[in-house]
Amino acid sequence: MSLRIVVCVKYVPDATGDRHFADDLTVDRDDVDGLLSELDEYAVEQALQIADEADDAEITVLTVGPEDAKDALRKALSMGADKAVHVEDDDLHGSDVMGTSLVLAKAIEKTGYDLVICGMASTDGVMGVLPAILAERLGVPQVTLLSEVSVEDGTVTGRRDGDTASEQLQASLPAVVSVTDQSGEARYPSFKGIMAAKKKPVESLDLDDLDLDAELVGLEGAWTKVDSADERPARTAGTIVKDEGEGGKQLAEFLAGQKFI
Amino acid sequence: MAEVLVYVDHVDGAVRKPTLELLTLARRVGDPVAVALGAGAEATAAVLGEHGAVKVLTADAPEFADYLVVPKVDALQAAHEAVSPVAVLVPSSTEGKEIAARLAVRIGSGIITDAVDLESGAEGPVATQSVFAASFTTKSRVSKGTPVITVKPNSAAVEAAPAAGAVEALSVSFSDQATGTKVVGRTPRESTGRPELTEAAIVVSGGRGVNGAENFSIIEELADSLGAAVGASRAAVDAGWYPHTNQVGQTGKSVSPQLYVATGISGAIQHRAGMQTSKTIVAVNKDAEAPIFDLVDYGVVGDLFEVVPQLTQEVKSRKG
Ligand SMILES: Cc1cc2nc3c(=O)[nH]c(=O)nc-3n(C[C@H](O)[C@H](O)[C@H](O)COP(=O)(O)OP(=O)(O)OC[C@H]3O[C@@H](n4cnc5c(N)ncnc54)[C@H](O)[C@@H]3O)c2cc1C
Ligand SMILES: Nc1ncnc2c1ncn2[C@@H]1O[C@H](COP(=O)(O)O)[C@@H](O)[C@H]1O
Repeated sequence: MSLRIVVCVKYVPDATGDRHFADDLTVDRDDVDGLLSELDEYAVEQALQIADEADDAEITVLTVGPEDAKDALRKALSMGADKAVHVEDDDLHGSDVMGTSLVLAKAIEKTGYDLVICGMASTDGVMGVLPAILAERLGVPQVTLLSEVSVEDGTVTGRRDGDTASEQLQASLPAVVSVTDQSGEARYPSFKGIMAAKKKPVESLDLDDLDLDAELVGLEGAWTKVDSADERPARTAGTIVKDEGEGGKQLAEFLAGQKFI
Repeated sequence: MAEVLVYVDHVDGAVRKPTLELLTLARRVGDPVAVALGAGAEATAAVLGEHGAVKVLTADAPEFADYLVVPKVDALQAAHEAVSPVAVLVPSSTEGKEIAARLAVRIGSGIITDAVDLESGAEGPVATQSVFAASFTTKSRVSKGTPVITVKPNSAAVEAAPAAGAVEALSVSFSDQATGTKVVGRTPRESTGRPELTEAAIVVSGGRGVNGAENFSIIEELADSLGAAVGASRAAVDAGWYPHTNQVGQTGKSVSPQLYVATGISGAIQHRAGMQTSKTIVAVNKDAEAPIFDLVDYGVVGDLFEVVPQLTQEVKSRKG
């Protein structure tokens, strides 16, 4: 039987651009260029490799996000994914991780899956908890933060490099996996891939399609509230010296003045 | 006073520093009740009591070590039911965040991750977070359920505040999900004898400018003279010069020491994301235009192979 892989990808504001907040204290997604989160490219890459190893596999890329988030899906399709699902609904604006995970879980169940693959964290929210929450919601094993992953005979195995130890993990499918940026460079889309992606199906779903009540999601439905967001004052300009042979000593003098030595 | 649950991060009974910092913050919100799980759980009680834990709920079972995350969620949920706390605080380790997130789903609560400060407010605890590579500071709170908040290391001072620290056994029944992900092998990380990167008061980091694994000894010598931890940029890690566990930045460790020393690091946004909240920042870079100089309190434009050894020498002689 075919291995059904769903890859969750997020469309995020470019980290090298000027990111800020909108008036309602949500992340401003209008005034800054967006792209497929670089950390989710690693998830797409591992999906492609796992699919290559399997006899028969199908990769669906899934995103919850505004109209422009289609760009992220196109990029994943041009890397080699087979089809895409885009959950888009005005009522989703301002969802927190609880809302987003609810929608993703519903969409994953509707799509059908044996394996869900996520990135380690989104580059805008950087919570890194959504994969664990998805596993909880779907009621399947969580095999997260892997720097190495493989799937064989309905079992997923992988290596998780933790703070105090490196662990070898194992779980039966279906399961939710997340992979780190140590899992292997993501491929660039080829010209052929980019052309092929244009013809691949992108299914659009809204909250009704998922039988979800708008009150459960969006800014109103969020279980957290941001009261204020202030730009951090620029660090006051420091002293910069050119090394003329005494640079190390000058730096030591500064550190001594600050009582570090 | 109301009670606050504090999840204890420990290794065989040795409590890690971020948990003690968490107790300082917890006392602003209520009476800390600690939850310690796994081998050595009871041994944590003495030090937790010294830092304000009124009670220490403990549980040990093979499941905690043999399976990933979920057994600990089951236990924390049991503690939540037993105590009915006003908040649940968890150290922001990778595992801590996952435990907290799953608990939040189960108890129908909102979650805030990676807080750098915590105050009590009229509508529950208010968390300060540092976002967009530390270019913004936000204040938020959980508006539904029992607030679940994870807090980054170095967010508060460790303070002595003697309390009872009475050990009480927590009874836990494991869920069906508990044994879903088996830990089939574990290789403990070798200790370098240097301070823990996320906990260190001083961090000395090297980047692409260090130009080779063998040259990292220059960085290590400076670190050792200052009693510092060693960090590395992703470029240095990707080149194989230093282990990934030492990477500072968005996809590595986030550090907030008293002093951060960046050598041969340009200061890309993803690197800054992991170190920008450091109290004092100094840098050595041969390119006067490197963006890292926008952040520094003191910067030396020069060759690190000249400047760093001289600095190390000077530190050693000043320390005598
Ligand atoms: C999704 C994503 C996540 C990322 N996560 C991280 C992360 O967690 N951490 C991280 O660090 N990066 C991360 N990066 C990479 C980041 O964008 C930069 O590529 C990286 O930080 C560059 O490392 P560097 O400063 O060491 O190298 P470079 O940018 O190449 O800078 C090297 C510097 O060394 C100086 N130099 C060279 N020789 C000498 C000398 N002899 N003496 C003094 N100075 C010298 C040069 O002038 C230069 O400024 C991430 C990128 C992406 C896309
Ligand atoms: N809106 C979204 N749509 C699809 N996937 C997402 C979305 N948000 C987060 N994810 C996935 O969850 C991972 C972790 O996200 P986070 O917990 O927000 O840091 C990301 O790398 C994605 O794989």
